[in-house]
Amino acid sequence: MSLAMDREALTARLVKAERRGKIRAFLLVAPLLAFVVLSFVIPIVNLVTQAFYGDLVSSTMPKITVELAKWNGKMPAPESLCEAFVTEYKAAKAKDPALPTRIATLVNREFSGSLSKMRPVANNELSAPYCDALAELNEEWTKPEIWNALKLVSPSVSPRFFIQSVDYRLNADGSIRHENEENSIHLALFGRTLMVAAAVTLFCALLGFPIGFLLAHLPTRASNLLMIIVLLPFWTSLLVRTTAWIALLQQNGVINDTLVALGLISDDQRPVMMYNMFATLVAMTHVLLPFMILPLYSVMTGIKPNFVRAARSLGATPLTAFWRVYFPLTIPGLSAGCLLVFILAIGYYITPALVGGQSGQLISNIIAFHMQKTLNWPLASAIGTLLLAGVLLLYWLYNRLVGVDKMKFA
Amino acid sequence: MKMTKTLSVLLGAAAAIGLTAAAHAGQITVISWGGAYTNSQVKAYQEPWMKKTGHTIVSADYNGGLAEIKAQVQSGNVTWDVVDVETSEAISGCNDGLFEKIDASKLPKGDNGAGPLEDFVSGAITDCAIANIAYANVIGYDSSKFTGDKPTKVADFFDLKKFPGKRGLKKESKVNLEFALMADGVAAGDVYKVLATKEGVDRAFKKLETIKSSVVWWEAGAQPPQLLASGEVTMTTAYNGRLFTPAVKENKPFVIIWDGQQQVFDNWAIVKGTKNKDLALDFVAFSTSTKPLADQATYISYGPARKSSAPFVGKFEDGKTDMAPHMPTNPDNMKNALVQDVKFWADKYDELNERFVAWIGK
Repeated sequence: MSLAMDREALTARLVKAERRGKIRAFLLVAPLLAFVVLSFVIPIVNLVTQAFYGDLVSSTMPKITVELAKWNGKMPAPESLCEAFVTEYKAAKAKDPALPTRIATLVNREFSGSLSKMRPVANNELSAPYCDALAELNEEWTKPEIWNALKLVSPSVSPRFFIQSVDYRLNADGSIRHENEENSIHLALFGRTLMVAAAVTLFCALLGFPIGFLLAHLPTRASNLLMIIVLLPFWTSLLVRTTAWIALLQQNGVINDTLVALGLISDDQRPVMMYNMFATLVAMTHVLLPFMILPLYSVMTGIKPNFVRAARSLGATPLTAFWRVYFPLTIPGLSAGCLLVFILAIGYYITPALVGGQSGQLISNIIAFHMQKTLNWPLASAIGTLLLAGVLLLYWLYNRLVGVDKMKFA
Repeated sequence: MKMTKTLSVLLGAAAAIGLTAAAHAGQITVISWGGAYTNSQVKAYQEPWMKKTGHTIVSADYNGGLAEIKAQVQSGNVTWDVVDVETSEAISGCNDGLFEKIDASKLPKGDNGAGPLEDFVSGAITDCAIANIAYANVIGYDSSKFTGDKPTKVADFFDLKKFPGKRGLKKESKVNLEFALMADGVAAGDVYKVLATKEGVDRAFKKLETIKSSVVWWEAGAQPPQLLASGEVTMTTAYNGRLFTPAVKENKPFVIIWDGQQQVFDNWAIVKGTKNKDLALDFVAFSTSTKPLADQATYISYGPARKSSAPFVGKFEDGKTDMAPHMPTNPDNMKNALVQDVKFWADKYDELNERFVAWIGK
């Protein structure tokens, strides 16, 4: 009896002590958790939301949103539509003078030229019947295009930016059309980005493997020196490294000058090594190489030399011993390095933009372009979301094929 | 003991200085385009203003565009006070509520007594921004690279046979499409009429296509002179002042082709919601007054936005180069000149630039 009581009390005390430990552990990771949520989860949720949700029109002009949804797309537009538009557009101006242009900018993206047709509506006195007043202001208002564009941007939830990210456009009636030949670029760039990332990963693996091997198996003094050489680029700014490649590779750069001085090529036959795909691959491989070498190195130092020796003593040729015994043991490091390099390479845009010329346009450049130049943040978000989804998909595939738990990063 | 005493005296002094500084001297952040251009503004506007008022200016660079400003205004965390923007950005930023309104009638009178509204050249005053200079997008070349005939007109830029070598172009639709049309034979006065049609746009892109494989794209204004100097390109588009300064100061063999030059204003705009609005306004008013505008021409060949500044424009900082022949507004340079159509680009920028970016990527 007393024993049972004791046990009960003991269990209770144990639970209490464990709970205290758990709370303490949680408090220890709480700052990290808060940091991850603030700097990672919230921005990503925000990004994804921006891509399909925007209530600028529906919140400032609720009536026209309803009217447009009801409208059958036939011209002439019903008077109720014109009236709702004129009154609400003017009311938006009264609320905030910047609103009419912000709305018109959205419409302008769907139908170019709308900006200058819409702005006068907010700035001029108009009286009923509004459809005639609008027609008098500009005859575009008697055509369906501008109304259709308005209809496209008015719902708060819309898939049109995702559709645009894959080179299609949404029509006002809900159907989908192919983007004009001269404007469709996204799919081609997604493809190019994947190709570049794959090529850079391959080059990094080919170059990084022997270096990792040397690092792991050279005498300490030599390998320390080598390690410093590997890490040196890590301590140099990305822009400096990229600019250094420009100085090396350009038409009158160090490499070309040396080749000419040595008489290997003639002065007017300098090879073009800058502002093309070659430069992109060279510079990106250089920048990302340490991310391949470090995981390889950490795995290789853990491989006991006895294994290879045993294989050799059992009659394996050096090549077989390497391929059948040593190489499989490096897979965790190799795969970790490949994944790191590939994912980093997919998001690269400064280096390719600086050294790659027009072939250095990758999908991230388009995202930056819409973020900084056109200020079309929803489209940038949609492309970014697709890129993120693509990376997650690759990660999942990778996990199925190789297994993430087998990876060793450092 | 003695140590603590010295320390406390020092601390006290530091605190006292800090306090007086806080009471009297403010600080504003001024953003501009870097290189020789920012340098000219520091010399002609910022240093004299700091000397006169005792306030300080933090000077930083950007590559244009409204994204950073939009981000600051929307997040309510405004760290830029005054920004140097092109007129089209000044207008669209004003419409988007990114800039404070500036009452131009309250600016100082010209040194000749002319009221501010009359003194500024036409197009220099917009609702939210005051122009400081007019610059020109021009074509420049390295004369040491062409031993025989020298290029003289826009069309020569597109003639890879007669004038071999790579070409530098800004990675943007604006300016390039106009150059392409003028090279294709469209008169400066008709460029925007033609560009407003689908056929005109196709025509411009077709012309650009003829040199596409030889183009090196640049983004920052400081790049074109570097591309020319390193021999990477033989001809490039550039802001005229960026070619003038190395040509005169460092004797680089850079020559400007004035045919087809495209003039644009650079303006001061004040970011909406800045905590230093009064100081920012004071700086804008000071730097766009007659003398500082004229002084800037001592350092770079850009035309002052005030008429009253013209008589004060003299020689370059070397003391011997006359500035007048190097100004975009000089009559000799204006024979086939284009003034950028801000309204056209407000309407068409998104569409044309999107097509342009897609075209580059292919």
